[in-house]
Amino acid sequence: MAHHVNLERRRQAIYGWILLSPAAILLTTFAFYPSLATFWASLMSRGTRRKPPEFVGGRNYSDLFADPTFWVVVKNNLIYAGATIPISISIALAMALWANSKIPARGFVRTAYFTPTVLPMIAAANLWLFFYTPGLGVLDQIGSLFGLPSVNWLGQPETALWAIIIVTIWKEAGFFMIFYLAALQTIPEDLKEAADIEGASRWTYTRRIVLPLLMPTTLFIVVNALINSVKLIDHLFILTKGGPNDASKLILYYIWEMAFAFFDAPQAAAMTILVLAVLGIVAAIKFTYLDKRTHYQ
Amino acid sequence: MKALSQHIEAFGAMVLALVWISPLLFAFWAAFHTTSDAVNFNLSAAWTLDNFRTAWAGAPWLRYFLNTFLLVSVVLIGQFVITTLAGFAFAKVAFTGKDIVFILVLMQLFILPEVLIVENYAMVSRIGLFDTILGVGMPYMASAFGIFLMRQAFKSVPIELHEAARVEGCGWFGILLRVYVPLARPTYLAYALVSVSTHWNNFLWPLIVTNSPDTRPLTVGLSIFGAPENGVDISVISAATMMSVAPLLVAFLVFQRQFVQAFLRAGIK
Repeated sequence: MAHHVNLERRRQAIYGWILLSPAAILLTTFAFYPSLATFWASLMSRGTRRKPPEFVGGRNYSDLFADPTFWVVVKNNLIYAGATIPISISIALAMALWANSKIPARGFVRTAYFTPTVLPMIAAANLWLFFYTPGLGVLDQIGSLFGLPSVNWLGQPETALWAIIIVTIWKEAGFFMIFYLAALQTIPEDLKEAADIEGASRWTYTRRIVLPLLMPTTLFIVVNALINSVKLIDHLFILTKGGPNDASKLILYYIWEMAFAFFDAPQAAAMTILVLAVLGIVAAIKFTYLDKRTHYQ
Repeated sequence: MKALSQHIEAFGAMVLALVWISPLLFAFWAAFHTTSDAVNFNLSAAWTLDNFRTAWAGAPWLRYFLNTFLLVSVVLIGQFVITTLAGFAFAKVAFTGKDIVFILVLMQLFILPEVLIVENYAMVSRIGLFDTILGVGMPYMASAFGIFLMRQAFKSVPIELHEAARVEGCGWFGILLRVYVPLARPTYLAYALVSVSTHWNNFLWPLIVTNSPDTRPLTVGLSIFGAPENGVDISVISAATMMSVAPLLVAFLVFQRQFVQAFLRAGIK
């Protein structure tokens, strides 16, 4: 009997590994090995035709920290994250509260909020180009109605990053809305009735009952929004190309530029490792802190 | 008082909805008008299809559509096969090391393929897949997210069905194919919608790995077409943009409920 159990266990182990092997091979090829290779590349010098790459330790990192553009890009990305995360989440919450209440044309309102989510970032950038173009663009036309001067939203350092931020918020708020919408629909009706009997105002009900109940959803969305603040950079290619004067350049765009425009792979690798480290911290927080509240079984 | 505040809220919701949809409406309107009419907001101007003709003639769009279609199909088929097998292993097979491997898989949720562009580019070139549609799709096939989703779906299948199928003489593979896969259909549908819309819209990685019109997907084609160096005017860009988002947008408007449900199912694990 014991022998039989042992045999069955061994058979299961073999099946398990066979089933996993395609995924394991691909994950190793396109995630784990590249991560290690990036780390290794970040420790090597940039090879030339005469001189092969050699081990330089932390020099790429110290070069990176000495590069003023790097700090501009980091600052931009912090502003980008710091603006897009809270603003898009607040708008998403407002959208969900509205789309969940009894208002006229609710179907249209929901569709309007969610539609940007299904558009490619490149298409979104093209649509917004029509708003931002100086002189001809929609924003300038509206401004000129009020006698405001023409503004080159994408062409001046003070506004370029904000123009990028607005497109990102527009793109992701509707996506976050649906998670709030789903969470709102799980809140039992009797809480609302009880609040009404107690004479609580709608505002008090929202602030004291709804928002605390939405907390787990908010944390989930924050993690997503954080990842997006690294990932969503496609519109830079259309709208600003990181300019003017690096004013709207974000980290992932800079990595791309380093590697594929300046051909400085070691610098790009060092920057990639730093991004992975930040993402790793986010992952650690998510798995240790957030997952204590939600159960995956 | 209460009625008043409700009216204000309904008004706010409507204004936000109009603001949110306006970029799309303006582009739609511009696509059907001459550039000068579009930028002057000449509301009585005649409608025209000229922008679409100019845009269509300006790039091999048919090829781009075909490439995008092939790309999302290749990715989806690969993902279905790989995540089904791996998800089943994690959900229903007991073996040592399972938990550690599962944590490794979850880590991939945070090692974004977008961040590893440099090394993945080197890898794809090394295995001879540079400038191929398979090369664009391959890094996304073993999606940790998909494996996770399938594992959850398979876990909820009652073990009695599994046992019954085994008593009937079904092997492991038969049980997976005849019991688990049919029962997980809603999950497959949800995953398919999310995957298709993600890869239809993906840009940075295809930009790096493709190098010719024969492999370039729509997003990359659109970005090249709209580049300022080409000096295309705003109405023509709007027409090209409308053209390339039309299939997904129409599908979304028709199957809106399923789309939203899919994103929800995929997001809330």
